[in-house]
Amino acid sequence: MVQHSDARLDASFAALSDATRRGVLEQLGRADASITELAEKFHMTLTGMKKHVGVLERAGLVATEKVGRVRTCKLGPSRLESETAWIEGYRQLWGSRFDELDKVIEELKRKEKVDERKKR
Amino acid sequence: MNAKKDSEPDTTKNRTTVEPKSEREIVVTRTFDAPARIVFQAWTTPELFRRWWVPKSMPLALLSYEADIRTGGGYRLVFDVDGTKTMAFFGKYIEVTPHSRIVWTNDESGEDGAVTTVTLEEKGDKTLLVLHELYRSKEVRDAALASGAYDGMGETFGQLDEVLVTLGA
Repeated sequence: MVQHSDARLDASFAALSDATRRGVLEQLGRADASITELAEKFHMTLTGMKKHVGVLERAGLVATEKVGRVRTCKLGPSRLESETAWIEGYRQLWGSRFDELDKVIEELKRKEKVDERKKR
Repeated sequence: MNAKKDSEPDTTKNRTTVEPKSEREIVVTRTFDAPARIVFQAWTTPELFRRWWVPKSMPLALLSYEADIRTGGGYRLVFDVDGTKTMAFFGKYIEVTPHSRIVWTNDESGEDGAVTTVTLEEKGDKTLLVLHELYRSKEVRDAALASGAYDGMGETFGQLDEVLVTLGA
């Protein structure tokens, strides 16, 4: 795993704690986009999207470049490998645990129904 | 990473979400199609707990699980790691309130262990489970993240990823 400085990790974490910002990163993972395009895609005002992009940019997750009058965003130098891998691993662990738990719960529910019928 | 792009958009399936909340917290949420008492039962009955805590996709085998699930009680889980070594997880139950709340410590990391809180909240005929992990400090969380070692589970995540990919998860 890559060692990060604390400050960098904090900025990334704060940046990642918002669903829209995570969505923006996913979007940019597929293709670069202008702030206007991102604002439309996430049904936000231009100002709102500029703020989100600013947070992502400070965390090094997004880089912006002004070409003419359009500001284009792309994924930045920090590729987030350790944070995203960690969160995704964590999600998969709990996700698979809870999928198994679903099965146990379904069994308990069925058992309860059978027991209730027996009581009658 | 977020719900918009899922490999299989299945609206009937309850999704597990993970959110870094603050610099010291991680929050996991999941809805179950059952009343809270059933979810609580599946969580606190050792033979049931053993069936779901270690997903088949995990490269670990649970050797033993002992738990005294009540406020002030404790637990101990021992895993076999690829047949060569064992790994223990243990701690105390700070609070156990039937059908609604379980709080425990993770003491295998010594002073640095996180505190885990599980709450169950009934919503109609479903139950919302919120699992919240609180680190002792920002530094501890950062160290855990940066090293990829989380609760000693970190080293298994890489393998877990691979296994899940082969399973088409």
